[in-house]
Amino acid sequence: MTVTTNVDRTIDARGMPCPGPLMSLIGAIREGWVGEVVEVLSSDDGSKTDIPAWVAKARHDLVDVVEEDGFTRFVVQKAR
Amino acid sequence: MPARIVVLGGGVGGTLAANLVSKELGGDARVTVVDPTGMHVYQPGFLYVALGQANGRWLARDERTLLRNDVELVVDGATRIDPEAGAVELSRGGTLAFDYLVIATGAGYAPEQVPGLIEGSHDFYSLDGAQRLREELRRFRGGRILVGIAGIPYKCPPAPVEFAFMVEDYLRRRGLRERSEVTLLSPLNRAFTIESASKLIQPIMEARGIGLSTFFNVESVDPSGHVVASLEGEKAEYDLLVLVPPHRGQAVVEASGLGDASGWVPTDRTTLQHERHENVFAIGDATNLPISKSGSTAHFEAPVVASRIASLVRGTAARANYGGRVMCFLETGDGRATALRFDYEHPPTPPRPSRAWHLAKWMFNRLYWETVPKGRIPEIGRRGGNER
Repeated sequence: MTVTTNVDRTIDARGMPCPGPLMSLIGAIREGWVGEVVEVLSSDDGSKTDIPAWVAKARHDLVDVVEEDGFTRFVVQKAR
Repeated sequence: MPARIVVLGGGVGGTLAANLVSKELGGDARVTVVDPTGMHVYQPGFLYVALGQANGRWLARDERTLLRNDVELVVDGATRIDPEAGAVELSRGGTLAFDYLVIATGAGYAPEQVPGLIEGSHDFYSLDGAQRLREELRRFRGGRILVGIAGIPYKCPPAPVEFAFMVEDYLRRRGLRERSEVTLLSPLNRAFTIESASKLIQPIMEARGIGLSTFFNVESVDPSGHVVASLEGEKAEYDLLVLVPPHRGQAVVEASGLGDASGWVPTDRTTLQHERHENVFAIGDATNLPISKSGSTAHFEAPVVASRIASLVRGTAARANYGGRVMCFLETGDGRATALRFDYEHPPTPPRPSRAWHLAKWMFNRLYWETVPKGRIPEIGRRGGNER
């Protein structure tokens, strides 16, 4: 694991079907503060394209994407 | 002493669950439905009211006429639930005791979460909202119509797409199409939550000249400038803005400490029991389950809850499980529709839109009152993918 940033909030969206994990992330970013680091755990394959695409469009930072056993960990920092 | 079963909410799920459990247990149970209005509203009809294809009269009926005679109806609001004591406090001051409780209180709206939404947008998520939108459309003489979603989860996921298709149709019929634009603002990177349905829908949208803005999560509305802004940093100008308002759970769930941060009831996806209280069940829009908030979901869940409560009362093994079954129609305009049928394990493979599915939806709307709340669609309500 190569997480280099302190995570402020973790959303465990494992088992949640698409687009649940992405919508949970969007909800957290909506409520969060600039600079907050949010981590989403997702076992849905669609998240691998949806989450990076949304983070890029919304101009936040995708700090890390880590493949774990049976799920993916997305670390996102609210940039604006 | 008969088991005391209290059902909060007289919508699809509450009414059907009350009727089924009362029928199954007969004299072994006393079933009470608590509903703040005593009126049962068929919400899928709002879409047709907004587009001038139906009037509001056929959308509401006295809940009493939909309940079995042996089910009691209390027309009052529930203000607090105490699961340990088995008591529900009512707005007018009384208390109802229960052995088993069904929370079927539906979803509430929180339009105040989006600045400018109330002043700057229309919706078809209530009867008066749909009627106001209908009048606004009558006055419409061409321009830019934006259809968007101001919060997820929301009821009836196909509704905004259906509205976009149907309003495009409406503009053509009124000779306003060439002077107008219709654009769907989607919170995702596709038109619809379910990918297989999006693949079917997007080419039809393109063929009809309906625009699609992806990753547009509504953040605020500027009513005087006629501009809607997204969380992603984009802005869009409109002449008529139609937004699904943000939803949240009902106040009674939150006041009782029985909900999550948004007021949805933490519910076991198979047994439909509250995650912390075995004697409390939840149905329909009130739950936190990651499936469609729709009447169809409630319709498939109600028999499972009724059967499980009957088993608990009788002390027999509960066998009914909810498998995530949902079935809904999706209007694609031009008098055509498709259907989405899916469950926890199987995403939908929607058929090509046809007049037959549109007719099926129309028939369902017409037959609703005599069938669904009374449990008279046995092949859907009883089997329908639910494991028993």
